[in-house]
Amino acid sequence: MRFSIYRFNPETDAKPYMQDYELDLEAEGKMLLDAILLIKEQDETLTVRRSCREGVCGSDGMNINGRNGLACVTPLQDLKQPIELRPLPGLPVIRDLVVDMTQFYKQYRSIKPYVVNNDPEPEIERLQSPEERAELDGLYECILCACCSTSCPSFWWNPDKFVGPAGLLQAYRFIADSRDQASNERLDDLEDPYRLFRCHSIMSCAEVCPKGLSPTRAIGKIKEILVKRTV
Amino acid sequence: MSFPKRTFDAVIIGGGGAGLRAALQLAEANLKVAVVSKVFPTRSHTVSAQGGIAASLGNVSEDNWHWHMYDTVKGSDYLGDQDAIEFMCRNANEAVIELEHYGMPFDRLENGKIYQRPFGGMTQNYGGAPAVRTCAAADRTGHAMLHTLYQRNIAARTQFFEEYFAVDLVMDDQGYAQGVVALSIETGETLFIEARATILATGGAGRIFSVTTNALINTGDGLGMALRAGLPLEDMEFWQFHPTGIHGAGVLVTEGVRGEGGYLVNKNGERFMERYAPNAKDLASRDVVARAMAVEIYEGRGCGKDGDHVLLKLDHLGADVIQQRLPGIRELSLKFAHVDPSTAPIPVVPTVHYMMGGIPTNLRGQVVTPTATGPEEAVPGLYAIGECACVSVHGANRLGSNSLLDLIVFGRAAGNDVIEYCRENPFPRPVQEPSLDKIAARLARWDRAGDGITVPELREEMSKTMQLHCGVFRQEEMLQEGVKKMQQIAAKLPDVVLRDHSKVYNTGRIEALELENLMGVALATMTSAAARQESRGAHARDDFTARDDKSWMKHTLYFAENHRLDYKPVRLKPLTVEAFQPKARTY
Repeated sequence: MRFSIYRFNPETDAKPYMQDYELDLEAEGKMLLDAILLIKEQDETLTVRRSCREGVCGSDGMNINGRNGLACVTPLQDLKQPIELRPLPGLPVIRDLVVDMTQFYKQYRSIKPYVVNNDPEPEIERLQSPEERAELDGLYECILCACCSTSCPSFWWNPDKFVGPAGLLQAYRFIADSRDQASNERLDDLEDPYRLFRCHSIMSCAEVCPKGLSPTRAIGKIKEILVKRTV
Repeated sequence: MSFPKRTFDAVIIGGGGAGLRAALQLAEANLKVAVVSKVFPTRSHTVSAQGGIAASLGNVSEDNWHWHMYDTVKGSDYLGDQDAIEFMCRNANEAVIELEHYGMPFDRLENGKIYQRPFGGMTQNYGGAPAVRTCAAADRTGHAMLHTLYQRNIAARTQFFEEYFAVDLVMDDQGYAQGVVALSIETGETLFIEARATILATGGAGRIFSVTTNALINTGDGLGMALRAGLPLEDMEFWQFHPTGIHGAGVLVTEGVRGEGGYLVNKNGERFMERYAPNAKDLASRDVVARAMAVEIYEGRGCGKDGDHVLLKLDHLGADVIQQRLPGIRELSLKFAHVDPSTAPIPVVPTVHYMMGGIPTNLRGQVVTPTATGPEEAVPGLYAIGECACVSVHGANRLGSNSLLDLIVFGRAAGNDVIEYCRENPFPRPVQEPSLDKIAARLARWDRAGDGITVPELREEMSKTMQLHCGVFRQEEMLQEGVKKMQQIAAKLPDVVLRDHSKVYNTGRIEALELENLMGVALATMTSAAARQESRGAHARDDFTARDDKSWMKHTLYFAENHRLDYKPVRLKPLTVEAFQPKARTY
């Protein structure tokens, strides 16, 4: 199998370049990450993040033949050769396929991703109906892989001001939680030309999400609530 | 050699469930706490936990912690320490309710309470009908828990050292822990993080085997650090084989599938667990089910063209239940087995999953070691929690959904003890240069250039040997040969050379440091397993098929120096209730 992989080591390379690799490998039943790890056995310098190798930890987001995804759950046999691998777009590259996610995490933290509830703490669980709980489905499953935010042009241009799809998905996860009492403050914080309204609903985020989540839909819900709040 | 230094009250190594729960306890008590993690915290292996977390809430069926305690003692095959087990089961409800208050998105029952499902080995009334005890967020309970704990730590403004690799503990000659030297993966710079209390929360080490459900990061780093500090590892012969790893991929399929009503069949379509465990059937303890599967395969009733697996059937649950309660399993099955479980069974095989052994601790989370004054003396300032610790609540076999519980109960307990310890020890002790020099030398060793074997080569040799010589069934000859081979393999470590000596994000260097840790854990496992001449829990021997309480109801302690073994008694006395006496274990 043939691969073309983005390489950049800041200690030795003045600028990035693409390097070709060939691998003698039966593609069937294997994931892209398996191939990358085999290449790394030949070339120790190739650098990538990885952990769970089953699509739940969100470490190995990268741009695969022009589309963001997780290497560990991308079947090799579906990919056109040479398989072109690049780091997630729009974030500074640390080395090879590893990007600096500081800005992404900062936006995530900025939406205060935790339940705020000022009532006295009962000794039992706070009750929540199955219907109320179902409101969190499609939201809480986010693995923070950044595939969505780094496929969003609005996030590319304004990563410091626009929360981005991943952060907004989580913002809505807490607005939607029946146990949370800070919805108004959350909405105030988002009612801003940049933080929320840089989203132009082009839906790249939902298209690439490896967990099948739709930040676009969550953003739409936030906008809907904001409209209702003003009338 | 001196390192740049940062000083905190406490440092926690590991950002999984246990580490984050401890961090929260400390941060909320306004201590200065640093969490060192080699991955961004939500990439820790807790995220892969699926089925749930045990607590006798009794939301579905009548329940209480005494029954949970009995099941855990029995599940441990009477190797678990009953004081620690009582402590865990007693505190389970409060610990789970706390998670709910933190915002964890548990599934719900019609009455608004936390959803619970049956799990293996969990019963009512001391071995009676199945208890519905395992609290779940679909089949993503670990993900829900880890993210919730990370989020609470954001609120508590815990200081994180993300993508820092902990190299070694700093200890003085009096045996006090003084913090850790860590390597920034991004820059390659080293840092001494000084702290009066150090908590190891580095998780498991399943990567000593070649087929495991464990993440690639599960390399036993805390265990390696403990061994190099001269501390023992406890009960390392006990590794849990999870009955349902996806054949060929090693990816986990939760026991919750069987909790929801799924079951195993052999090539004749027979529900074979009925023969091995007439009462609990597919919900017997994991060691029992894994062995039954291995026997079916060995005796020629396995499935597929090589007869090397069995099938997990759940299509009869219906697409709705699968979509609502087991959506993650459906996803994994489609991706890794190319099977839609709502129409066809999943091919599964027993797969290395969990390390029951670890760094010996007491129920306050303090690391304990034998000294002249007693068999379990606390190492001042040093704690261990979660899978890297052996407290021991799981004994020779862990019950499913007891590990997430272990993380938060002992994460919290260790946090509380550290608060007290820091109050009693308000100042850091002077650091002794030789302790830092040793660490610098260990790091410098990997700068050596030239020819030699590679990290992946030696790692593969190790993991294949462990897989072959320390499997589901063990016997004398294979074990002794395994010990010999492992010592030969470990002796090659000095011949391993890195090709890449760069500083920035050098994952080759990290893998080399991980290999040193893996090697220590593999040797501990092999040595401890070869010595134990009985069958107990996950340690099953063809040549000693019975449990031998007279000679072997004791914990193994392994020391790296000369691969020395020592033993200490099981703590049979609970905190407040009557002890559960060992008896024959049937399900």
